[in-house]
Amino acid sequence: MCAVRGLTKTYPAARGRRGVPATPEVRATNDVRLDIRRGEIFGLLGPNGAGKSTLVRQLTGLMRPDRGSVEILGHDIVRHPERASRILAYLGQESSALDELTVSLAAETTGRLRGLDVRSARAERDDVLDELGLAPLAGRPLKKLSGGQRRLACVAAALVGERPLLVLDEPTTGMDPVARRAVWSAVDRRRAERGTTVLLVTHNVIEAETVLDRVAVLDRGTVIACDSPSGLKEQVAGEVRVDLVWREAAPLHVPEVAALRDRVVESGRRWTLRLAPEEARTVVATVTGGAAFAALDDFTLATPSLEDVYLALGGAVRQGLVKA
Amino acid sequence: MSVVPADVLPGGALGLDRAAPEPAELGPRPRLWPALTAVYRAQLSRARVARIPLLFVATFQSVGIMILMRGVVDGGGEAQAVVAGASVLVVAFVALNLLAQYFGQLRASGGLDHYATLPVPPAAVVLGAAGAYASFTVPGTVVTAVFGCVLFGLPLAHLWILAAVIPLAGAALAGLGAALGLLAPRPELATLLGQLGMSAALLLGVLPPERMPEAVRLARDLLPSTYGVEAFTRTFGPHPDWARVLGDLAVCGVVGVISLTVATWAYRRAAVR
Repeated sequence: MCAVRGLTKTYPAARGRRGVPATPEVRATNDVRLDIRRGEIFGLLGPNGAGKSTLVRQLTGLMRPDRGSVEILGHDIVRHPERASRILAYLGQESSALDELTVSLAAETTGRLRGLDVRSARAERDDVLDELGLAPLAGRPLKKLSGGQRRLACVAAALVGERPLLVLDEPTTGMDPVARRAVWSAVDRRRAERGTTVLLVTHNVIEAETVLDRVAVLDRGTVIACDSPSGLKEQVAGEVRVDLVWREAAPLHVPEVAALRDRVVESGRRWTLRLAPEEARTVVATVTGGAAFAALDDFTLATPSLEDVYLALGGAVRQGLVKA
Repeated sequence: MSVVPADVLPGGALGLDRAAPEPAELGPRPRLWPALTAVYRAQLSRARVARIPLLFVATFQSVGIMILMRGVVDGGGEAQAVVAGASVLVVAFVALNLLAQYFGQLRASGGLDHYATLPVPPAAVVLGAAGAYASFTVPGTVVTAVFGCVLFGLPLAHLWILAAVIPLAGAALAGLGAALGLLAPRPELATLLGQLGMSAALLLGVLPPERMPEAVRLARDLLPSTYGVEAFTRTFGPHPDWARVLGDLAVCGVVGVISLTVATWAYRRAAVR
């Protein structure tokens, strides 16, 4: 339902001014090709600055690409950007346009602007607020809510007035687990009843693994992989991750531990190793018995996550995939 | 977390794309009036949350200025100019200065994306916001005018002219404010331009023109708020020249149309980059 071909956008180099260093030309999206199928939850995963938001802005008609094409449900969005607003609902990262409205009016106004008449906008508003558990907050201005609640109110605004495609840019940032669950069950219900498609931007690995049907991994403006989360994880199936947390410092006097040192990623007291299963078993046996055990605070052994996939694919290492 | 396999979705979901090359039906076409009403209502409701800056600050400022001028001006034509100038200053403060700041911040923070991804005609966003800001000035302008008339002993008989002055001066100044806010490359610049516009309306509107040098008088003639002030001032006399009042108001109206058109163009430019 959404086909993207050769999408490229370059931000021009900025000349330096007093106090502001010059920035070189940045290629925010580079020859991106995607196919999103109807009814799937498709994810864009990548660290901050990978080009996710730029890509989404081009898909929603907010930004003109330098080259390439975007076709959504048979409509050419590059040539007719104004049609995007009639096909999709977009939840951006900013709520400043709605901040001084009450939750109820924000949802109702957005529905009205999507073309609903007053009566149906109000009916849909009430349904969505109930669905997301926002009814008790309906009369409160968004500005006075906590970050997660405000985000939830923005989700409510995005859901009023049906659209076949939902483009959600980090929709659950700052939400508690109850709110997250409400969002995903609302999305799922629309998918089951109307075949709604969702394009989700995220840098939250756990969320990506649990909700996405397919995911495109973005790195520096390029799609470096695109598959289902389990399909991607199979690419690194041969490895497991061992995390060791030492009480104070690693017991380097133990020869087996000292031998591992070249292969670990160290962050404070935590050592992270990516090993073949057999090797991992040996390491765990070593540190849970004998001299090293006294220095050990905690350890975990885990099958690969999407983050491991990202790292294995050569993504910009340790730059900001979030596990939360 | 999703429990619905994609191939059981209505319409056979996944295979459908290749089977149906026909472009899908679009959502409703944007329509000006319903969108304008919705934006106006939403903007108007912001007064409940931001009551003090939107409704009160300008009134206190104008009342304060009149009290100060009471010591300098002793009745007659000058008093009329002061009361009219202080009343229109409320319009300049809210419609020009605050609206310029609002759009400047909205643009800088990415808030315009919200409207740009909804099927809303650009004119609806600009006119809705400008209309709401002009409406915010009504209570303050009326209070200032009545207070001024009482303070300087002017007749209250023709205050009904405010019903024409507020919307027309409001349109001209709100259009200017919206255009400045949307065109300024940075939000601080939008704030600065709004402040300068308001200061100009203060100095050139409230101070009686007879004492000004020629160059300043020329600047005064270029400022749209001046015509609102002049129209209002003329109605204090015993035999107002209604033709000239109408002429002044017409200038406000024309400037309003032009500035709101420019603001709409500026919005379109700011929304899609």
